[in-house]
Amino acid sequence: MTTVETAVGTAKTMVLNMGPQHPSTHGVLRILLELDGETVVKAIPDLGYLHTGIEKSCEDKTYSQAITLTDRMDYLNPLGNNLVYCLAVEKLLGLEVPKRAQYIRVMMVELQRISSHLVWLGTHAIDLGAMSVFLYCFREREEILKIFELFTGQRMMTSYIRIGGLALDPPVGWRQAVERFLKMMPSRVDEYETLLTENRIWIGRTKGVGYISPEDAIALSMSGPTLRAAGVAYDNRKAFPYSSYEEFDFDLPTRTESDCYARYLIRVAEMRESLKIIRQALDKISNEGPIKADAPGIIPPQREKMKTEMEALIYHFKIFTEGFSPTPGEVFVTIESPRGELGCFIASDGSPKPLRVHFRSPSYINLQALPKLIEGQLISDVIACIGTIDIVLGEVDR
Amino acid sequence: MNSFLNANAELVITLVKIVLLLFIVLTVNAYLTWFERKVVAHMQSRWGPHRVGPHGLLQPLADGVKFLFKEDPTPAGVDKLVYYLAPLLALALALTSIALIPFGPEPIRLFGHDIYLGIAPPDLNIGILALFAVTALGVYGVALAGWASNSKYPLLGGLRSSAQMISYELALTMSVVGVLLMAGSFNLKKIIEAQAHHPEWGILGWNVWPQFLGFFCFFIAAVAETNRVPFDLPEAESELVAGFHTEYSSFKFAMFFIAEYTSMITVSCLCSILFFGGWLSPFPASWLFTHYLPSAILILFGLWVIWDGIRYETTFGRIILPGLGAAITALGAVFVLLPNVNEFIQGPFWLLSKIFVFLFVYVWMRGTLPRFRYDQLMAFGWKLLLPLSIVNVIVTSFVILAKMQWWGAK
Repeated sequence: MTTVETAVGTAKTMVLNMGPQHPSTHGVLRILLELDGETVVKAIPDLGYLHTGIEKSCEDKTYSQAITLTDRMDYLNPLGNNLVYCLAVEKLLGLEVPKRAQYIRVMMVELQRISSHLVWLGTHAIDLGAMSVFLYCFREREEILKIFELFTGQRMMTSYIRIGGLALDPPVGWRQAVERFLKMMPSRVDEYETLLTENRIWIGRTKGVGYISPEDAIALSMSGPTLRAAGVAYDNRKAFPYSSYEEFDFDLPTRTESDCYARYLIRVAEMRESLKIIRQALDKISNEGPIKADAPGIIPPQREKMKTEMEALIYHFKIFTEGFSPTPGEVFVTIESPRGELGCFIASDGSPKPLRVHFRSPSYINLQALPKLIEGQLISDVIACIGTIDIVLGEVDR
Repeated sequence: MNSFLNANAELVITLVKIVLLLFIVLTVNAYLTWFERKVVAHMQSRWGPHRVGPHGLLQPLADGVKFLFKEDPTPAGVDKLVYYLAPLLALALALTSIALIPFGPEPIRLFGHDIYLGIAPPDLNIGILALFAVTALGVYGVALAGWASNSKYPLLGGLRSSAQMISYELALTMSVVGVLLMAGSFNLKKIIEAQAHHPEWGILGWNVWPQFLGFFCFFIAAVAETNRVPFDLPEAESELVAGFHTEYSSFKFAMFFIAEYTSMITVSCLCSILFFGGWLSPFPASWLFTHYLPSAILILFGLWVIWDGIRYETTFGRIILPGLGAAITALGAVFVLLPNVNEFIQGPFWLLSKIFVFLFVYVWMRGTLPRFRYDQLMAFGWKLLLPLSIVNVIVTSFVILAKMQWWGAK
């Protein structure tokens, strides 16, 4: 339980309980603000209002079953969560995923990054009063969700990335759908920039607000766009490439101002970079080829084989009743989620269920920096800062 | 009965006018919310209200009914008297200010009496001062609401808005001084007539040209006065939940809402009167054919409504919309057929058109701009608007003095 010292003696301050139900805490974040007029003297984030026990639940599921739980963690980045979990399990099993599946994974995760940044931009803009941007962003996000639906049958909780590959082959017409999106999106990003980048009020609200020095950012182990806005060019896609990211050519936008405006510019630039990556992935993905690793006993067999081969039927039965048992050991894998470094730690004791699953969630760790960002600033800046560190409460309280 | 009416004709006429104006203002308010939602929606590539009635035209009614029947809890620990007084005060003052606005130049002669459009006498020689006095009092509604709610978000909202309204009040008043100097009167009617000094200049004779700086300051300060985007800090939803009216619900909330929209209308009226020639036509006075413009616009609009209505998807819409369109067209036709009426509606038509344009600008800003921060708002008001409006006053007085000195103009 968090307690806050109320104003005593000569200090004339007011304690404002911002959240957990508040229009712009992006979920159920509670911040105790000690205010002197409109200036924040002290800020204490209070977490745990959205605790779902996802990590604990994973311990009671087989390795394949736990995938659906990861979807619900960072609900703006379900594919990224799937990916990091599957990469960890694959590392534990020593599985090699076919190239085609890797490229499709990259494409989907980058689409997801754009959609996540769109939601971020929209909600951040509406927090600062620019209502229209919100709806424009959601209009484009809708197109991405349609692509997800096409691929996976689901708009948000996709569970598309599976251990050893993907759930389904891409459907007919997927290439055209992605092409259409790639064609439309650049002009739409320009549109947001027209509304915001040069807008005097927008600049006034974000420039110089929520500064954090690169040293502090590293010390607080921040990651993602927030860190890159502080001038540290660190991105897991470059630092520890996974899923064939080393084969893709893209830039790492960085800035040195380390304020809300810089974080905004970084994310907009990242959307454009993601489009570049998707374009390259689209060229790399062949029309035919395997999407699952060749690992009987881990990957469910094809339907046809089950009807003709005894072995396949046995494997199928085993996978869906007992699950598979990796060798005992521990793995830790990180990827670059839209919010920063998303890590997955899995400990196996040789049974079909993980001994421990832990996620290093960027939202939770970046949120630590919030008091540093907002103390001494105004209430309005609190909103801007919560917005630009881009937290998803589902991920904060796994 | 008749003798009573004759003896108290003034009183009766005023009462009727009050009821009529109240009705009109409240209806316009309701449809202003519809208009705002519709326009903003289309700016944001969505439809806006379209379920209740054709094109959502009955939405304001539904909203009104909802406001009336919502439960109206009074939070524990509020200062009861002030808590109830605040929305009343806000609404009453907003409605009072609109009563001071003249809507047309000529009186209409009915039942043997000259009836002016507008409640206050048109020759009220303190017109603009009285208006500012009433609107300045409007801050009490907001500040008291914030204070009486005994809650922290409303308190912050109330503080913000008192500071904001008082600061911008200065710039607002100063920016008008230029106009007053040019007209030489506080009387709103005289201010308009001064802009028709050269009837042949039409739109070029309006105050907005010589007083552009004043208009710039006035409009921005006025938006801040009415707590609208980008100056909607007192009710900044993403920061203060709902600001000063967080603890108000049901009709008490509606009263704040109506007060806000009424002041939008008042400010738009003032803008048109002070800077855009009020009821003056933008065309030179000799272009008599322009007097048919209102009827032409009405008829065309009515025909468009009919055309749109017959293709409407619901049966109700296919009945109501063409009916509405026919009524509008008929109104336009009446104006064409009755020259006296046509002459009479010229003034109100132009005034209302200008008000409409300003209301549209309000909505437009809401769809476009982010919100200022508190300190930036204060800096903007004190460091930019106030000095600019003072410069405007000085320059205007020098020009007027120079004119009198060297050209002997009055």
